[in-house]
Amino acid sequence: MGCTVGLLSNKTFSNAVRLVVKSLRQHALSTSVTAASIALAGGLLMAVWVVKSESQKTFTGVTGGFDAVLGARSSQLQLVLNSIFHLEASPGNLANADYLDLKKDTRVALAVPIAVGDNFHGYRLVGTTTEMLTDVEFAPGKKFKVREGGRVFDPNLREAVVGSFAARKLGLKYGDTFQPFHGLIFNERDKHEEEYVVVGVLEPSNTPADRVIWISLAGIQNMAGHDPKTATDVSAVLVKLRSPIAGKQLELMYNKQGNRLTFAWPIAQIMAQLFDKIGWMDRVLALIAYLVALVATGSVLASIYNSMNERRREIAILRALGARRGTIFSAVVLESAAISAIGMAVAFGIYGVIVSVVAAVIREQTGVVIDPLTLHPVLLLAPAGMIALGALAGVVPAWKAYRTDVAENLVPVS
Amino acid sequence: MPLLHVSQLKKSFLAPDGATHAVVDVSEFALEEKAQVALAGESGSGKTTLLNLIAGILKPDSGTIRLGGEEMSALSEPQRDRLRATKIGYIFQTFNLLQGYTVLENVLLGMSFGAGEDREFAMALLKRVGLENRLHHQPRQLSTGQQQRVAVARALANRPKLVLADEPTGNLDHANAREALALIREGCRENGAALLLVSHDREVLAQFETVQDLARINRAAAPKEVVS
Repeated sequence: MGCTVGLLSNKTFSNAVRLVVKSLRQHALSTSVTAASIALAGGLLMAVWVVKSESQKTFTGVTGGFDAVLGARSSQLQLVLNSIFHLEASPGNLANADYLDLKKDTRVALAVPIAVGDNFHGYRLVGTTTEMLTDVEFAPGKKFKVREGGRVFDPNLREAVVGSFAARKLGLKYGDTFQPFHGLIFNERDKHEEEYVVVGVLEPSNTPADRVIWISLAGIQNMAGHDPKTATDVSAVLVKLRSPIAGKQLELMYNKQGNRLTFAWPIAQIMAQLFDKIGWMDRVLALIAYLVALVATGSVLASIYNSMNERRREIAILRALGARRGTIFSAVVLESAAISAIGMAVAFGIYGVIVSVVAAVIREQTGVVIDPLTLHPVLLLAPAGMIALGALAGVVPAWKAYRTDVAENLVPVS
Repeated sequence: MPLLHVSQLKKSFLAPDGATHAVVDVSEFALEEKAQVALAGESGSGKTTLLNLIAGILKPDSGTIRLGGEEMSALSEPQRDRLRATKIGYIFQTFNLLQGYTVLENVLLGMSFGAGEDREFAMALLKRVGLENRLHHQPRQLSTGQQQRVAVARALANRPKLVLADEPTGNLDHANAREALALIREGCRENGAALLLVSHDREVLAQFETVQDLARINRAAAPKEVVS
């Protein structure tokens, strides 16, 4: 469009703008329908990009404040998903001695054990030590905070601290009691006899911890029905290292030299590998979004091109009044670009809705929060690209308009 | 020097059968400033083509058209567009108003490609043709007589030197035709524009002091009965 403007005089341009405004009003219905298709395409395109890049950025940034996870022999990704994101099944247990060995290791700054295996209406119960809620910085300078009136559970009692999201969804509040269910998937027939009392609800941390019900390690280990032989086992140990070198050394020790345990390190890199693995899905989604954008642009072309036949007389009249071919050409190109611009303005609303819904789903499923208002370069590039494509789509009908024979289309011809 | 001088003007078209069909062949025609001349011509006599050539809408095969001292056939198309927008007003039989525009916008549009919009003058012209109360009406909300009056105002909007009128009363009843013709002639007179009108309507032609037979001027036209 800028190029078009540069080639035209101010007067030609202002005349073209006037014609465009009038034409958009005159063809309000087709303008609205075409702009709506652009809006859907543009909204989808921006949403796919932002969700893709923001989720990658957010998920690889979620470490829970730890550098590594030690667990039973399994894939590092499964270990991280299970112990940091509280997704996936536990790959198995490790002996309490393994936890104690790691805890004593001078290269380790903090080792926090977790045990899983129970849920309350689908929300995971995670047994741990109180250090998790009092000492761990889940993000730089940020520790978990129990809402006013509550406190951290007593490790010797059947007490629970509920993550903010789980509390909201389950309707649990301070003083409530509940009976856990066996397993990680809710089945109402698997209710445990033990009754827990809620002694605290966490402030939102925007991490997977928000979806967890925290109880004492012993609570999970000794829950009725669990195998007494594994009563001292833990599901995983979350590790804060003193230095990156320590990570390399422990990885070598557990993964290369040993064959019982898996040391998942570094967490962010393991999550990045997940996104590499599902990269094909990103590309398919992006391809679909591009195709939708192309189809929408094609609809602009078809809509304006088809209206050219009925506009021929109007164009002939304008030319008879002294409008130059260049004015007519640029008016059609501008009209096409304007339809795209209107569509892209609406696209931001559609983008907002899609991203908000996706963010809500991601939060519900993982506890990770994606900010729908995040500024991303695609929010500038997509509108610019779609408007440029729209202008390009206008060139074909504009050429048809440019070539309109004035004398032939002014009636009557004697 | 006449305002308009046409010399050895020729224009032909290709017929569907591939043969060349001469439509205009005028050896000489002149129109003085502020003059009002009617050309009498039947259907097929090349009236519209001649007016389109003079307006610069069509380019002649050969010959010259001088308007206000400017040789039109030597001008590029954008230059002819500019000349038409600034020096020529055109009134059509079917009015050719833009349906999506209001009465006032139609007149303003006539100005926008020329010297620029002059809202006050546009309103004065519409008042002159008796449409001051219809400024914001769409053309389809007007009678045919009123529509032609809008077309007259639009033709005069750029203060043209020459107004071309192609069967301007062809779609009007007698009363409206008389009224429209009077407005065209008075409007041209008041604005210092020359008028070249083509018509086959004897009643219209009878209003003019100078009537020329197009069949005599245009050798390509079939000889028709001469209107005196």
